[in-house]
Amino acid sequence: MSHIRDWDWNRGKRVISDIHQWRETYGWVEEPHASPDGESVAAIVKVDEMAFSVCENGSPWESSFDKVWFLRYGPDNRAAALVSDTAMWTVAVSGTPWENWFEFVWDTKFGRFDGHISVSAQKDFAYFAVTDDTPWENTFYTISHLKASPSGRSAAATVQTKPINEADIAAFQKGCFTVAVNGQPWTQNFLNAWEIAFDAKEEHVAAEVRLSLEDYTIVVDGIPWKRHYASVWEPVFSPTDGSVTAPVRLADGWALAQDGEIIWKNRYFQLWHHIYSIDGSRIAAIVSSKFGRWTLAIDDKPWNLTFKDLVTDPALSPDGRRAACVGKTDGKWMIAVDGTAWNDTYDMAWPPIFSPDGRNVAAKTQKNGIYRMVVNGRPIQTNYKTLWNPVFSPEGDKLLIRGIETGANDGKYTRTVLSLAEILG
Amino acid sequence: MKAPAEKSFEEKKKIHDKGIEEGAAQLTQEKVHQVVQQMLSAEGGARLKAYIETCSHCGLCSEACHYYLSNDNNPIYSPAGKVKQTIGEIVKKKGKVSVDFIKEACEISFTECNLCRRCVMYCPFGIDVAYMMLFMRRICHKLGVVPQYIQDTAHSHSATLNQMWVKEDEWIDTLQWQEEEAQDEFPDLRIPIEKEGADIFYSVIGPEPKFRAQLIYQMAVIMYASGADWTMPATPGWDNSDMCMYTGDVEMVARLKKVHFETAMRLKNKRIVMGECGHAFRSVHDVGNRFLGWKMAPLPVVHAIEFYYELLRDRKIRIKNKLSQPVTFHDPCNIVRGRGLHEMGRYVINETCKTFIEMHPNREHNFCCAAGGGVINCGPPFRNKRVTGNRVKADQLAEAKKKGAEIVIAPCHNCHGGLEDIIKHYELGMELKFLGDILYEVMEK
Ligand code: SF4
Ligand code: SF4
Ligand code: SF4
Repeated sequence: MSHIRDWDWNRGKRVISDIHQWRETYGWVEEPHASPDGESVAAIVKVDEMAFSVCENGSPWESSFDKVWFLRYGPDNRAAALVSDTAMWTVAVSGTPWENWFEFVWDTKFGRFDGHISVSAQKDFAYFAVTDDTPWENTFYTISHLKASPSGRSAAATVQTKPINEADIAAFQKGCFTVAVNGQPWTQNFLNAWEIAFDAKEEHVAAEVRLSLEDYTIVVDGIPWKRHYASVWEPVFSPTDGSVTAPVRLADGWALAQDGEIIWKNRYFQLWHHIYSIDGSRIAAIVSSKFGRWTLAIDDKPWNLTFKDLVTDPALSPDGRRAACVGKTDGKWMIAVDGTAWNDTYDMAWPPIFSPDGRNVAAKTQKNGIYRMVVNGRPIQTNYKTLWNPVFSPEGDKLLIRGIETGANDGKYTRTVLSLAEILG
Repeated sequence: MKAPAEKSFEEKKKIHDKGIEEGAAQLTQEKVHQVVQQMLSAEGGARLKAYIETCSHCGLCSEACHYYLSNDNNPIYSPAGKVKQTIGEIVKKKGKVSVDFIKEACEISFTECNLCRRCVMYCPFGIDVAYMMLFMRRICHKLGVVPQYIQDTAHSHSATLNQMWVKEDEWIDTLQWQEEEAQDEFPDLRIPIEKEGADIFYSVIGPEPKFRAQLIYQMAVIMYASGADWTMPATPGWDNSDMCMYTGDVEMVARLKKVHFETAMRLKNKRIVMGECGHAFRSVHDVGNRFLGWKMAPLPVVHAIEFYYELLRDRKIRIKNKLSQPVTFHDPCNIVRGRGLHEMGRYVINETCKTFIEMHPNREHNFCCAAGGGVINCGPPFRNKRVTGNRVKADQLAEAKKKGAEIVIAPCHNCHGGLEDIIKHYELGMELKFLGDILYEVMEK
């Protein structure tokens, strides 16, 4: 496990690899992915007529496979990909495949902090999840909505525990689905179960369920809330007190509920994707308080600024005092912080990211095909053809930028550390 | 056409549908009253009342409806007649209707109206009969009385977030398999899965991976040849279709559309291009988005017709040899009456086919295929009724055939299902194709 403090936070730019050269070597090069610390860049490449591998910083993995897909870096800066050999599939981490092979694997999930990996898997038409090469003991008729715990050591998913014959609507309505945590299904079945949440200590699990064709609620550790609703969205555990909150639909609109009781007074046309600040003191959510207008509400107080098309990617500063999101109006993408949109508009904007001290916000943006990093509304004058999300140093005084440049460094993947002082002048 | 239209009335009385029968068996009179009254007060607001009060029973809408015309002008099949037998009676009786009435109203609203909205154009007051049929269906959904096969599809939507019980691994496997097949022809071709930041998010309906994977293949070739920057997701959200819209399960409609749009938003794709489907377009563009609170779709939604039009207009795709067999074109109501794509459709045909023969009536006046609105999804029990209920379509096709048309182009999956049955039943001997089939056949690859 590599800690963000141990990363190279020395100011300056380093060329890590020249992607143009990869293209000359391999011909077939898929989209590159960069490691969180920026030290590595990797892409799926074709090494032979029928053989694929992963090229990392210019060198291919030792092993090659019939097929490779879904290459991603985990938070521990190791690359993992889904690989197949003679029609069987598994996960390869830094080029080394797991010992167990399956008929299919998909939906790679990393823990947020550690390098643990879970995938959904199928073998002999039985469905289950696999965490760090260990398959669940129980298998199911289907699996979906795989979710990893914060560390990644545990996984939960929606599973089908009973078969349904073709067009057997009565069987379906009796309930054939539930949630399994590390392979253990809850005892009660539901019509449906969808988005799943873990608490911070990884001891509890909540999910959205449908109890009958019309009744929806939240289930925590297998036990449904007493109140039912016309609909619900994804539950979230409070990071501090273990309570569960979820948006619920009432007769007069959407509201936020906690352990089954309504805690926000306002009613919204829509309310979803609520998030907590790290200290649990604040909740922000995407809301529509007027039909067709979208904004962020913090603790039930919507911003005055609204967007016409959509709002996405809500963010709170670690102390919860500041909030940001991506918004779109008339086809123009924007970033808004604390109720004010940055001056510029973009063809696409990625999640705004707060510095640990909450003082600065950085986001990846795209305009006319060029990617640029923007900090507090000001673009950094380096053009990229591919860019990854920015990372602030633990003290919040530096910014790591990872991208494949255009211009003088065309095609080169670079890793740049800038001080906020030099960015903001 | 000498099809047995007379039979349909009798047949109708004999149809046994498990979903309707077993659903109704669970109902009590009280439950019916309670749910219906609650629906009337909570959701059947001013619009419903205004429509019912405004209808002057002038009958101008009758001639608009293919069911009425195909059933020898039997008034029970006229739009106003169907309203009268269903939601009109409910309003008149203030919800005090029997369980048997619900069964009958369920069958009428689900299987005798395609929600094609042709009748709206002929009503002097613009009364939207389709809206009222949908309202009736929503009552049926609330009562648990819904035809078996379409209810099963709604269950599939809720469990898998696609229409066809396609499992997550089966979806990805299909894309990879289509990519491999295509690579035999075009070694560099890719179906990019989960490509973040791609311009185009391409979505299809459940039956494509299940029964018509070659359509994904063809679109991959079209994307490849045109140099498009595109992707398809590896997660649920790939299916843009929506039978819950037709069973009246609006909560599920919202859930499905949320997943669809948010998948494209997660991948930061700029617009959604969808395959050739009419009802899915209606659901992403007109229904689900609004139910979620988006006045318009949050990302631009482009139907395949518009996309092909763009590619040909901008010369991103070049045509090698135009198709030599004469073709005719079926205007799908959801994208023609619903969105006005008829001229773009004709542009694509004229660019790709040598001889185009119009069907009559056409464009926004075209008759529905009788499959839409979820009717074909009500399954085998209602098949005959649906086919005999669209004799006028058979007449239209036969006439185009007389003028030389050998191929019917229908840029909508549902229309394909419906027209296939009609072509077979009335022994028309015409071939049925998607626009994409033709583009793929005649383009420079
Ligand atoms: S099928 Fe079409 S024309 Fe006939 S009643 Fe329904 S919406 Fe109107
Ligand atoms: S045309 Fe309009 S007013 Fe006349 S019967 Fe039909 S719905 Fe009623
Ligand atoms: S299936 Fe086709 S013609 Fe029929 S309702 Fe749908 S779009 Fe219309």
